[in-house]
Amino acid sequence: MSAAAHTSAIEPIIREKLSEKPILLMAHLVLGYPSIEENKKVIAQMVDAGVDLIELQIPFSEPIADGPVIAQANQAAIDAGFRVDAGLEAIAEITLTHDIPFLIMTYVNILHARGMGQFISDAAKAGVKGLIVPDLPLQEAGEAIAWSREAGLDWIQLMTPTSHDDRLAAIGAEADGFVYCVARRGVTGKNTSFDDSVGAFVTRCRAATKAPLAVGFGVKNAEDVAYLQGKAEIAVVGTAAIAAHREGGAEAVGRFFRGLRPAD
Amino acid sequence: MSQGYFGAFGGAFIPEILHQTFAELTAAYEAARADADFWSEYLTVMENYSGRPTPLTYAENLSAAFGGRRIYIKREDLNQTGAHKANNVMGQGLLVKRMGKSRVIAETGAGQHGVATATMAARLGLECTIYMGAKDVARQRPNVFWMEQLGATVIPVTSGDQTLKDAVNEAMRDWVGSMDGTHYVLGTACGAHPFPEMVSWFQSVIGSEARGQILKQAGRLPDRVYACVGGGSNAMGIFQGFLDAPDVELIGVEAGGLGLATGLHAARLASADAEVGIAQGYKTYFLQDDDGQMKTTHSVAAGLDYVGVSPILANLHETGRARFIAATDAEVVEALKRLMKAEGIIGALESSHAVAGALRELPDTPEDTVILINLSGRGDKDIFTIADALHDPKWEAFIQEKADQYAKRANNPGDAS
Repeated sequence: MSAAAHTSAIEPIIREKLSEKPILLMAHLVLGYPSIEENKKVIAQMVDAGVDLIELQIPFSEPIADGPVIAQANQAAIDAGFRVDAGLEAIAEITLTHDIPFLIMTYVNILHARGMGQFISDAAKAGVKGLIVPDLPLQEAGEAIAWSREAGLDWIQLMTPTSHDDRLAAIGAEADGFVYCVARRGVTGKNTSFDDSVGAFVTRCRAATKAPLAVGFGVKNAEDVAYLQGKAEIAVVGTAAIAAHREGGAEAVGRFFRGLRPAD
Repeated sequence: MSQGYFGAFGGAFIPEILHQTFAELTAAYEAARADADFWSEYLTVMENYSGRPTPLTYAENLSAAFGGRRIYIKREDLNQTGAHKANNVMGQGLLVKRMGKSRVIAETGAGQHGVATATMAARLGLECTIYMGAKDVARQRPNVFWMEQLGATVIPVTSGDQTLKDAVNEAMRDWVGSMDGTHYVLGTACGAHPFPEMVSWFQSVIGSEARGQILKQAGRLPDRVYACVGGGSNAMGIFQGFLDAPDVELIGVEAGGLGLATGLHAARLASADAEVGIAQGYKTYFLQDDDGQMKTTHSVAAGLDYVGVSPILANLHETGRARFIAATDAEVVEALKRLMKAEGIIGALESSHAVAGALRELPDTPEDTVILINLSGRGDKDIFTIADALHDPKWEAFIQEKADQYAKRANNPGDAS
């Protein structure tokens, strides 16, 4: 199936929001960490603080693309008894409660264990608009991309600074919804210095796709978001929000996101 | 379908950030494989540094105890650092030099692969970092001691279960940030393409030697070849010498732990508890729950305590070319004792699984049966575990005495006695 045949679920929403704001914020959280009830409180705070999209991570025991903070959150959620069925039920409730696009982020074995097609269909029923699966690279993802498009979901591709231009072009040609640009080498949650090298990388991504660009990995404060404004459509914040929650609970997450918006 | 599949198993399920690194590694491996000089350099290094070819020992006393059935033992325990691990790490080390990288990282469970990698790094002048679960660091202090003495940095991993699978994830995280000058020396025939194929290639030296040796000593090919299976690199090594001989039965022996019925084991192919899944970069049978979360495994041998298995072995299982069985912890300790007493060979607990599987099945074979056992490593590293299993009072008294001595020295730092 070609990219042209798919009507993106998320891109029109992104374009509409961009007519009101210079840059959008996408938040990340780990389902079941510390509990699904607490997730719901955090999400309410995020939406209230003006977060535009939220990726909900379904925990996996081997999260190889995540740094220690998110990896430990994954393990803690599993240790606390997280189950995929309960996670999907919670997602269905969350997407009904809040009128912003939600995505599922997880690892391929979670999809495979349920049956790839079954998981994608269940995700669509739960009301998410897209899927992010970092250990299912382009050359292994053909079936998953086709099934997602059939179910009306966007399959979010990742671009990284180590990808050559021809690889970026191949990824960009298959992009649905937006492209997740990994701002630097390494896993989530380490310091990224937002400077010319990030700018140059985002320019390379822009040349490789018509889809909006989301930049993540290391976005932690208003300066980082301000740097990305005008370069990318979406700033992605994950680890820093978990840290804010650990320090001050759900309300602190709301305060954290309110403080990320560049001053008007 | 992408590269690196063996039937339905294998592949390269890696984050995009590693795509280029794997592309470069695959190209370097394929170029080395096509270069006969590289293989002959490898064989020369293994001959001069690791003691290859390792002997094939006819187990005369043990054979007599089984009515004259002939048992031959391939002595990978006589390699540098005492295991087949040396074959793989030296091969990858030579590849690292060829690629112009200056640092290696590795993960280790029992510590054997870590010691082998640290040895290779010292020999080839490479910087070396070893990731090890914090629980394994506590359990395997002698190996940590040697890694550090060899110049490696050992990093205890405190995430997850704090065991091997968490060390794998942590090593992968290091690599994601350091791939320009760093190579990840994977310890077994698992992981994303090209590792299963590349590690098997370096280990194939076992099988090619063993085939020539048994033809010379027994006058014919063996009826059966036994090897223990954790990740599966020693099994792949010896099986490759006989894959093209359909009359040679290939048998992999997995960790039966406390028994398959208890759930406390690491039998992926020999039990019905494993399912096909995709984790740690590749598709194979994993011990996982129905959500796809990896389970905790158990074995008396830390080196067999792995949740996945080589995709090449999974395919040999699926096609019926190899058969997989499990040996329990108790059977393994008995087999180790029996081999020591009968032949004067101290096998590793891992390798003793192959011995246990072979001895269990041998009475049901015809009297002229010839079997080959791959003894993948030596057992002196297991002295604490074996002594625990045997409850040897003299050993326990010795350890107590050493502990008292250290406590006394800690209280009186000036006393160097």
